[in-house]
Amino acid sequence: MKRIVSSAKVTAIALGLAAIAAPALAQQGLDEPFQKPFKEALAGKTVAYVPVAMNFDLTEGWYAGMKKELEPFGVKFEIRDPNWNTNAGAQAVTSLISEKPAVMVIHNPDVQTYAKLLQRAENEGIYVIQINMGSAYRSSAFVGANWIEIGERDTEAVVKACQGKSNKIAIVQGALSAAASAYTLKGVENVLAKHPEIKVVSSQAADWDAAKAKAITQTVLKQNPDLCGIVGFWDGMDIGTAAAVKEAGLTGKVFVATSGGGERKGACELVKSGAFDLNMSYDVPTQAAQMAGTIKWLLSSGAKAGSIKGSEYTTLIPITKENADSPTACWNLSDLKK
Amino acid sequence: MKRLRFNQQEIVFAVFAALFLVFSIFLRGFLTPENMLTLLQNVAVLGILGLAMAIVVIGRGIDISLIAALAVPPGLVLQMVQNGHSLPASLLTAVLLTIGFGLVNGWLIAYAEVPSLFATLASGLLLAGLGQTALFQLDVVQWSDGMKGFERLGQGTIVGIPTSIVMFAIACVVVAFLLRRTRWGAYIYAIGDNPYAARVTGIPSRPIIVLQYVVAALIGCFAGLVMAASVNSMPTRIFNSTLIYDVILVVVLGGIGLSGGRGGVLNVIIGTLLIGTMLNGMTIMDISYAGQNLVKGVVLLLAVITDSFLNPRNEETAQQGDI
Repeated sequence: MKRIVSSAKVTAIALGLAAIAAPALAQQGLDEPFQKPFKEALAGKTVAYVPVAMNFDLTEGWYAGMKKELEPFGVKFEIRDPNWNTNAGAQAVTSLISEKPAVMVIHNPDVQTYAKLLQRAENEGIYVIQINMGSAYRSSAFVGANWIEIGERDTEAVVKACQGKSNKIAIVQGALSAAASAYTLKGVENVLAKHPEIKVVSSQAADWDAAKAKAITQTVLKQNPDLCGIVGFWDGMDIGTAAAVKEAGLTGKVFVATSGGGERKGACELVKSGAFDLNMSYDVPTQAAQMAGTIKWLLSSGAKAGSIKGSEYTTLIPITKENADSPTACWNLSDLKK
Repeated sequence: MKRLRFNQQEIVFAVFAALFLVFSIFLRGFLTPENMLTLLQNVAVLGILGLAMAIVVIGRGIDISLIAALAVPPGLVLQMVQNGHSLPASLLTAVLLTIGFGLVNGWLIAYAEVPSLFATLASGLLLAGLGQTALFQLDVVQWSDGMKGFERLGQGTIVGIPTSIVMFAIACVVVAFLLRRTRWGAYIYAIGDNPYAARVTGIPSRPIIVLQYVVAALIGCFAGLVMAASVNSMPTRIFNSTLIYDVILVVVLGGIGLSGGRGGVLNVIIGTLLIGTMLNGMTIMDISYAGQNLVKGVVLLLAVITDSFLNPRNEETAQQGDI
């Protein structure tokens, strides 16, 4: 008798539980209404990428990062490599306009050359995302470093390092017409305007070339052995700047500030070795993710190309001796490509 | 009365001396021993390349592919060491690649009879393209631990003189010996002066021309190794820079006529000194990059004009289709 009662209880409890659970079991999963149009908006679309050149950490990193984010959605990711040739780049952009990809990702060699072409592209209904080095034309989006901020923060660090020393600094610029170089210089000037005690003994362009940067720095250091700091404009070029400082036996005495994409070999390793005292990293993998995010958003928004314009400045990571050892300060190109 | 005549070498030397004097007087810090060494150090690689170009130009050719030979084989050394190969094996591979490249150049020019300007223009692109697509992971090949010790080729000093200057000096001595003391050198002058006459007299002109391009490529590779050691990396996209014009500038300015058969190592040294003084002075004066290019362009033009006055084209030189 007891057993019957208890089994009835169990059955009742079970039935009660089933009754509670029933509506949930009966209900179908809720369809998210937005992902289907999102997938449709991306599938089969072409995104064309025109860097100034492939084969260096920045452009390879952006490529790998965007590819990883876009290809799973069926986006066709194409690349046109002008290999440092501005004319070839302009031709690539021109021919892309007639091929009508959905999005063009453009890395400008200077502020003028592509400006008109990019405007034409948007008139033709192609979204244009300009990366890291912008042009005079403002397109759907700019994703990249804030060069003025880089110039300011690098110079502030150099000015600080110069306190109580000779106050003589040198500036090693990139290519004069490139946005990265011209805007960084503006940032440098902003800080120098507040520090009249700082004397710029040399401000020359090394054209993104390490050998030229070394030659200039060697001469400057011989003229001014009491130099207290150098503001360099790109770590790929400033390997030469640092080599000249090292050769003059002034490592640690002359503060070298530079900027770059934060790839381990080009940034953290060189800061650890003492070649650079500060390397402002614009963290290429994060930039690539933001570029890909912007592409996804633009494609799924249905907005008319050219009707919206926005900017995404990436957060800078200052790499110094303190964090150069950390696993997150820098990134490895080989890992990003996996 | 005997007319006063100067040859280009003397004119350039006079210009160099005048410029040097003006800078010494007016530029603070120019005439110091340290700055003199820096001046030489900055143009040492250019000077070594000038020697390679001189050999070819004396033999009535031109080698536009020199910068590819400077960038790619040394870049390969750095890349192979980075990938875990030993330094000697990497160096050997690079030297073999350089010799192969020189042979291709020489064969195209001596046997296929492609004009040297076009042959080396194309082959340089080919080699640089090969490097970029197949050999290097990135344009700038970084120095790695396996290269330890090798940086002494371009950094530091030997008895107080920066190593790159010593390397330039060694290259000068070797090339001067090759050109002035060996039969091969005499043949190059003969071919440069008059290739048909040289062939008629029984000089094996085709193999000599091939050898000329192999030696030029090897010197180019050597210059690249010095440069890589000096900046602790190999920026291989230097191929796209204007360096080749600077090299031609050194050679033409120094007085090695583009019509061949004239000049020697001394001309390269004088040309290099003039360029070095100009660049150094302009850097001290903080003249902008564009301004420096303008000055270099004007000087090259003046040099080419002077060259065509002093070594006028005639029946004989016009016939061989020089550049």
